[in-house]
Amino acid sequence: MTTPQPPATAERSPARPSAKRDRRSWTGWGFIGPFAAVFALVFLAPIGYSVYLSLFRDQLIGGTTFVGLDNYQQALQDDQFWASLGRVSAFLAVQVPVMLLIALFVALALDSGRLYGKDFFRISIFLPYAVPAVVATLMWGFMYGSQFGLVGDINDALGVSLPDPLSTELVLASIGNIVTWEFVGYNMLIFYSALRVIPHSLYEAAEIDGAGQFRIVTAIKLPAIRGALVIATIFSIIGSFQLFNEPVILRDLARNAITTDYTPNFYTYSLSFDGQQHNYSATVAIVMGLITMVIAYVVQLRGMRKGA
Amino acid sequence: MPMNTRRLLRGIGIVCALGLGATACGSDEGGSSQKQVSAENIQAALKKGGTLTVWAWEPTLKQVVADFEKKYPAVDVKVANVGTNSDAYTALSNAISAKKGVPDVAQIEYYALGQYALTKGLDDLAPYGADKLAGTYSPGPWNSVTSGKAVYALPMDAGPMAMFYNKKVFDKHKVKVPATWDEYVEAARALQKADPKVYIANDTGDAGMATSMLWQAGSRPYTVDGTKVKIDFSDAGARKYTETWQKLLDEKLLAPVTGWTDAWYKGLGDGSLATLTTGAWMPANFTTGVKNASGDWRAAPLPQWTAGDKASAENGGSALALPALGKNKELAYAFTEFANAGEGVQARIKGGAFPATTADLQSDAFQNAEFPYFGGQKANKIFAESAANVADDWSYLPYQVYANSIFNNTAGKAYISKTTLAQGLKSWQDASVKYGTEQGFTVEK
Repeated sequence: MTTPQPPATAERSPARPSAKRDRRSWTGWGFIGPFAAVFALVFLAPIGYSVYLSLFRDQLIGGTTFVGLDNYQQALQDDQFWASLGRVSAFLAVQVPVMLLIALFVALALDSGRLYGKDFFRISIFLPYAVPAVVATLMWGFMYGSQFGLVGDINDALGVSLPDPLSTELVLASIGNIVTWEFVGYNMLIFYSALRVIPHSLYEAAEIDGAGQFRIVTAIKLPAIRGALVIATIFSIIGSFQLFNEPVILRDLARNAITTDYTPNFYTYSLSFDGQQHNYSATVAIVMGLITMVIAYVVQLRGMRKGA
Repeated sequence: MPMNTRRLLRGIGIVCALGLGATACGSDEGGSSQKQVSAENIQAALKKGGTLTVWAWEPTLKQVVADFEKKYPAVDVKVANVGTNSDAYTALSNAISAKKGVPDVAQIEYYALGQYALTKGLDDLAPYGADKLAGTYSPGPWNSVTSGKAVYALPMDAGPMAMFYNKKVFDKHKVKVPATWDEYVEAARALQKADPKVYIANDTGDAGMATSMLWQAGSRPYTVDGTKVKIDFSDAGARKYTETWQKLLDEKLLAPVTGWTDAWYKGLGDGSLATLTTGAWMPANFTTGVKNASGDWRAAPLPQWTAGDKASAENGGSALALPALGKNKELAYAFTEFANAGEGVQARIKGGAFPATTADLQSDAFQNAEFPYFGGQKANKIFAESAANVADDWSYLPYQVYANSIFNNTAGKAYISKTTLAQGLKSWQDASVKYGTEQGFTVEK
């Protein structure tokens, strides 16, 4: 964000004599070289390889054949793929707003300066983010257990019958609960740090103009952290579409409710590792990547346009 | 119990059963293009020595390796546990397709052998002299490793099924130990009525268990002829199974506990799971995993579909095979034969394995062995009888590993919704047909 501007403009400037530009561009490559090499190796190469893979089909009977775009055609007509995409979209529509609103509320509360033990709250709300997702899911899995878990114990102790959090109807909400628990602290920190850089003189001016706390939030704080809100939303969208750890681990406890095509990532994983369909798996991954990119880009465009 | 042991047990127990997967596939492969390997060649190789890589999760192989290295000091055997069950097959398939890092010997369960034999991933062992071992093994395991004249692996163990039951629970509630599946349903109702915490068994949908049940009921859902495959879960045997099991599901008589989990071990120990129908390799797991219930459990023959019958099936069991891309073939075969037909068998029986070798199954020492865990019962008699009564015309799909991985996606619905088990099996059938077609098989519904 704070890259020095002048060199960039100089490089982009098109109207220069060619000899001079050559010398310049070589110098530039010298600087960008190490990055470009690593970028090509760890970023472009895997994508390129996936695209290459996606053009073939490997069968137990018949071996590998070039099939052009057949795999893409198949993916677009694949009910299992669209069902899993629908599932993460529903997840996205409900879980992300809930999580971001909680995170925003907590960040505003911390920033208000009216909270006693602010540092303690900040660290304890952030703490779940430091717990690895695998551990968090195992932990929640124990609590969700209606046979031998916390839910089961509550049922026994109070003689009630709580709905099973791992049933087909509730398991997506239960996963949402785990993800919210994990990521509220992370998003809170993004919002909180954005709030901290707002100049205090603005608040003083607002108070002099007679604005209450609520008015300060809506008129100063929220507009000022719009960038952070957009970023957090984009991260959350990507995170939702990539949902994988939680369903995979919970599947041990609910293997009929969570299928091996539960989320797009889980689906590509099982295509690849259970079915040995590496080529089709690569295709689904690419299609999913494109969909995620488009949606994230649209959100960014919309978010930034309003901000401008 | 340590986590790795648990994984191991799960691997041995989950899914699978020995079948005719290999028999069924590639029966058009009459001869073999491989060269004959004489016993002298093998002896010379053993003297010369070398390093052997074995991928296996079978714990009793550790002792076998020690004995083997003692007998042939020039040979260095490296056993690697690359995962259990489907994890191991993923690793093996990846190594084969990368043509790199393929082990010299690999443990493969009977239900998965077909896939590797069909895709020419395994060496035919007949040229090494394995064809002469036909009489050594009981017919079930032997049929599942052979295809025409080719022998794709040597049987390591077997899993003829039996019903283990908690005698203490049955005695306490004065319920008759079931000898037929109808009595089994009755017993399930009676036990639930006597104590709502007691279930006849646990079941959350297990492909290996379901296929073994179908096998015993006389259903033959898979017909395999080379690359022609037929899948049909609607024969009379399958109906017997689904109708009976549907009663158990509808009346919620099965504990919603998944096998090989903590809850499952707890249930086997505290009397809330009254029976367990599984392979004869189970006793070792009882002794190590459910120590606190020692003396409570007994073994009994599998409940029957018709009173007085002796039908049985296999559940679990694996073999050692030589991947075609492995090296040190002579040594690899020598080790495989040592472990599964030679001196290694005794060492493995001592370690708790259930043998596939007829001589050992029929020996007095084996048949009369008393199980302190089962109150001194001579349980091997029941297991050996079960082994002899296994129908050997069952076959698995040449892609059973994948089919089993989607069992809970499809048939599993019967356990958590209004979908019936018969409908669930139908959608398992459809999904298996779809995959088979995608993989180039000619699939008939």
